[in-house]
Amino acid sequence: MTNTTTLRASGGPNWSHRLKDAGFWAEWAALVGLIVLVIVFQTLNPTFLSPGNIASMLVAAAILIILAVGQTFVIATAGIDLSIASVMTLGAVVFGQMYEGGHGLGVASLMAVVSAGVAGAVNGVIVARGRITDFIVTLGMLSAASGLALILSDGKPVTVIDPLLLRLSTSGIGIFGWSFVIAIVVAVVAHVVLFHTRFGTHLLATGGSPESATAMGISTARIKIAVYLISGLLAGIGAILLVGRIGAAEPAANTAFLLNSVAAVVLGGVSLFGGRGTIVGPFFGALLLIALVNGLTLLGVSQFYQPLAVGIVVVLAALLMRFQK
Amino acid sequence: MTEQPQVAEQTGQPSGDVLLSCDDVSLSFGNVRALVDVSLTLRPGEITALVGDNGAGKSTLVRCISGIHRPDSGTITFDGRRTDFHSPEDAREAGIETVHQNLALVEDLTVWQNLFLNREIVRRLGPVGLLDRRAMQSRAREMVSALAVNVPAVGSRVRRLSGGQRQAVAICRAAGFSSKLVIMDEPTAALGVQETARVEELVFRLRDEGHAVLIISHNFAQVMRLSQQVWVMRAGRCVGGRRTAETTGEEIVGLVTGAIGS
Repeated sequence: MTNTTTLRASGGPNWSHRLKDAGFWAEWAALVGLIVLVIVFQTLNPTFLSPGNIASMLVAAAILIILAVGQTFVIATAGIDLSIASVMTLGAVVFGQMYEGGHGLGVASLMAVVSAGVAGAVNGVIVARGRITDFIVTLGMLSAASGLALILSDGKPVTVIDPLLLRLSTSGIGIFGWSFVIAIVVAVVAHVVLFHTRFGTHLLATGGSPESATAMGISTARIKIAVYLISGLLAGIGAILLVGRIGAAEPAANTAFLLNSVAAVVLGGVSLFGGRGTIVGPFFGALLLIALVNGLTLLGVSQFYQPLAVGIVVVLAALLMRFQK
Repeated sequence: MTEQPQVAEQTGQPSGDVLLSCDDVSLSFGNVRALVDVSLTLRPGEITALVGDNGAGKSTLVRCISGIHRPDSGTITFDGRRTDFHSPEDAREAGIETVHQNLALVEDLTVWQNLFLNREIVRRLGPVGLLDRRAMQSRAREMVSALAVNVPAVGSRVRRLSGGQRQAVAICRAAGFSSKLVIMDEPTAALGVQETARVEELVFRLRDEGHAVLIISHNFAQVMRLSQQVWVMRAGRCVGGRRTAETTGEEIVGLVTGAIGS
């Protein structure tokens, strides 16, 4: 009985075996889905894969990718960051206030990241030390950060026209806009952190089995604080890109970013129960969601149908993965 | 293995060298007196069994030795030094490894990741330390093949292993890193006959490699098979100890139930 498992497991990663592994499909579901979508949309509308449209999709995906990476870190520890989009809004508003106050791009960017990072750290400390469920803490922060953004901005948007900031979304390397390049860098660093550092292993251990992690001397509280801090800092980077993209710092709710960040992570095959996940998966998950919305727009489907489509795709993906296990 | 005739002490207290000794260890949780003046000793190179009913304080005592709890009073001396562990890490540092009843493995991590959990081998690249996955994998292969009979592939996830293989991984982890004492909390409780035999073989091999082993077991036949020394706990007290060679299963049962007074 044990021999069969041993032989199979030590047989190395042959492909027919890997293709039967549910984990393999969960990991690559987003990429497979993306390819299918691309083929469908390209057949229906040949402008879909035009360089211009690809470039605009990638720039549009940049913020979502960065948020999805932050969300992945949190979800891999079996938590969830419902405040990620509000914290990004807070960062954007802080950016706007600093910029309007004449502090220049550098200081404004730094303060956006710092303020978002502080909000994330507050999440982490309350979750870890206060021992309150992630869901409740970040739900509170969702409201608190939105409120803070409204208070700081007095509810008014601040126009930010900065040539350097504008270039983030208008120029880049070939079809890769600078904001997408930043997103790639964030994703690569996140991948290295998750799979090639002690912190990453401890993070997965904390998500997979907090008791075992504690028994081996890992401070799960510190890991929790760290992942929420990372999520906050990434929301801060997202805030800078957001201001650059819309040319203004608005105290808007950005609910779609929250839902899509969780959706991208789910599409990416990251377990909501923690302990298992990749960066590649959510990366393609984010691209898939952007391609879906973009394709529907190209096909002339009313904007009202887009959230419906996103919802259906996410739930379908989750169902598929469930059945495969 | 030395099996000297013991001085006919009631405890069967060994007179030879001592690896670990607990002296009057007490611990209360609120009003519950979990441990009351527990004194016992462990010899190097021996398998020592700790038996007793549920709630007798076995696990609590083990948790004191492995640094999870701190005794309210009394001393624990390990390897000639008085211990003052503030965490399981301190105990591991001193050479005491514990195989917990739940094994403390992370299902979604691989065998080698579990073996090196919180002891990862890292290559320094300036300010950042990157995991040396290759070194850990090959070292893990050595650790596993040195001990286990049913070798699991070090790259497979623990989720895919059988109960016996999991136990083997947990024991290999405890045996590695030059530990002097390996504590096992009911290592075969959830295993079938064949797998139990394999784990027992593993316990013998640990001892032959020079580790002292402290084993909690409810299986008296197993205690008689494996151990050289037995300590019996009842209601938070250590009510007696025997050299296994000089006692019988009935006597141990009597001590556990209280039918035989200490």
